[in-house]
Amino acid sequence: MDDKKANNKNVTGLMIDEEKKKGLFYFLYYVGRLLWKDKTGLVGLLIFLSVIISAVFSPYLAPYDPLKQNLKISKTPPAWYKNGSIHHIFGTDDLGRDIFSRIIYGSRVSLTVGFFGVLIASSLGMIIGLVSGYVGGKLDSVIMGVVNLILALPYLVFVVFIAAILGRSLLNVILIFGFTDIPIFVRVTRGEVMKMREEGFIEAAQSVGATTSRILFKHIIPNLIGPIVTLATFEMSAMIFYESGLGFLGLSVPPSVPSWGNMLSVGRQYLTIYPWIAAYPGLAIVYTGLGINLLGDWLRDVLDPRLRRAKK
Amino acid sequence: MGKLLTVRDLVIKFYTFDGVIHAINGMFFDLNEGETLAIVGESGSGKSVTMKSLLQLLPSPPAKIESGNAYFYRNGEKVDLLYLSESEINKIRGKDIGFVFQDALSALNPVLSIGRQITESLETHMELDKKEAMERAIELLESVGITGARQRLYAYPHQFSGGMRQRAMIAIAIACSPKIVIADEPTTALDVTIQAQILELFKEIQKKMGMAIIWITHDLGVVARLADRVMVMYAGQPVEVAPVEELYENPIHPYTIGLLEALPKLGEKKKKLTSIEGTPPDMIEEPHFCQFASRCKFANEKCFKDNPPIISVGTDHYVRCFEDIKERIKVQKVKTV
Repeated sequence: MDDKKANNKNVTGLMIDEEKKKGLFYFLYYVGRLLWKDKTGLVGLLIFLSVIISAVFSPYLAPYDPLKQNLKISKTPPAWYKNGSIHHIFGTDDLGRDIFSRIIYGSRVSLTVGFFGVLIASSLGMIIGLVSGYVGGKLDSVIMGVVNLILALPYLVFVVFIAAILGRSLLNVILIFGFTDIPIFVRVTRGEVMKMREEGFIEAAQSVGATTSRILFKHIIPNLIGPIVTLATFEMSAMIFYESGLGFLGLSVPPSVPSWGNMLSVGRQYLTIYPWIAAYPGLAIVYTGLGINLLGDWLRDVLDPRLRRAKK
Repeated sequence: MGKLLTVRDLVIKFYTFDGVIHAINGMFFDLNEGETLAIVGESGSGKSVTMKSLLQLLPSPPAKIESGNAYFYRNGEKVDLLYLSESEINKIRGKDIGFVFQDALSALNPVLSIGRQITESLETHMELDKKEAMERAIELLESVGITGARQRLYAYPHQFSGGMRQRAMIAIAIACSPKIVIADEPTTALDVTIQAQILELFKEIQKKMGMAIIWITHDLGVVARLADRVMVMYAGQPVEVAPVEELYENPIHPYTIGLLEALPKLGEKKKKLTSIEGTPPDMIEEPHFCQFASRCKFANEKCFKDNPPIISVGTDHYVRCFEDIKERIKVQKVKTV
């Protein structure tokens, strides 16, 4: 028995053997190794994790109440400026609220919008795209007609229009981004499904008696995970950008809620004199977007077994 | 030897934007238990279309089965494969009839492990649980000559070489011990050494499991090594069916003769290989005369007027040609001499 095992090991090499092992610990170990091999993915993941941690633990991490106003210390510059204060490292805004604390709390809005928006868009978009691509025919023409119509609209104008009608609330923002982002997921899913239908493995699966639902769930969806997750991460960072854009225009969450967009909006008036009010929330947006994009890039490589081992 | 499959008068058309393509015009053949039937013909002659129609794998539209029957004898029961419902045919696909595809790379799902793809039909048809299915998959991989099967279950198709992929495809096809394995040019994409290995593997499996094999190919060399009977197809019709020795020794149909003349023979010196002049017909026109007539050396006016009948010229030897073909060939030979 031991001899046989040893033989097998020689034949196949290490990587396959590793994949065979099950359990959370081995999974984490495996992911860890993949991350270590690809440092950009590691950086992306660390950045993304730091944003998640700041969102989840905001009350413990933020030194001040983000809503507490103190006009006596308003527009204090960041700590490394000449008359900055060590108590407010990123300074304070026009109402004397601590910018660092507001950035930490602001990550909550951004991540909520990004996460739930993408969740709605990707799940609905994937289902519609799957039906459209697999069933084809007239249904496909109708769905693609609507999708192309929506994609032809200038996105920001469209979103601003709906936001202006619906009014300012977190739920509205999530729903707006969730639903307006469906078409891109439909397009990508449909394209992938159409491409796959022509591939032999669908026919091969049929030839061994797989039912339609089995083909959809066991053969097509696993092939979609890679492209969809990748698209989802990029769309998530795009949503975070657009959410701050809406906030900047005063159409996102109510002004009382600390969000990066709202902070930018306030900072705009003081851009030339007190640039830090807008600069740090801006940097937070860039930081988050960078992290998510790096992570997405890495995920694309890792979720495709053909690419997973290509990198040395 | 009992009959397994009888196909009669099969007509398949493709309704495309450019017109109706008459892909299969009156296909017929029998398959007996445990035998190997080779189907030979050039590209587009309808070999694969016929086989895919048996498992209802043709996309419809554009394909439409216009008429015909394909009776499959299953546990003493006679079922017509062409007209079974989706759920009925699913019980036969993979269970009673296995299919080996030409291009194993595209026929294997790139994101699923080999093991999962082999256990797929086991789980569907044999009602095995995951563990049993995995054990059976290991046996199967070993039986198709893949070493280190236990580890390789977790490998992905791209980690396999071309020959191994084809072996894995074969393992999938024979997983449920089917009565018929349809092999659609399984060695075309492989190099010659691997080709020989795969041929041997098929012979070995057939010996062990006793299933019938339908082997689609355009390689007459492969046919000679493997087949019991051969069917030659041209433009969607079978033109000659015969036992393998009979076909090589006594070909009757001009197309078969042309094919055999085009083969290089061992030990023959410096003779230029002959080719069959002309090109296959445009399948958009409905065939109302011999499809091969325009390329046939022995054709006369009759050939351009009527569809030739199917004539019996020996035991199990059928030709789609006019009765006087033998005399015509003789006359021509005398002339050239």
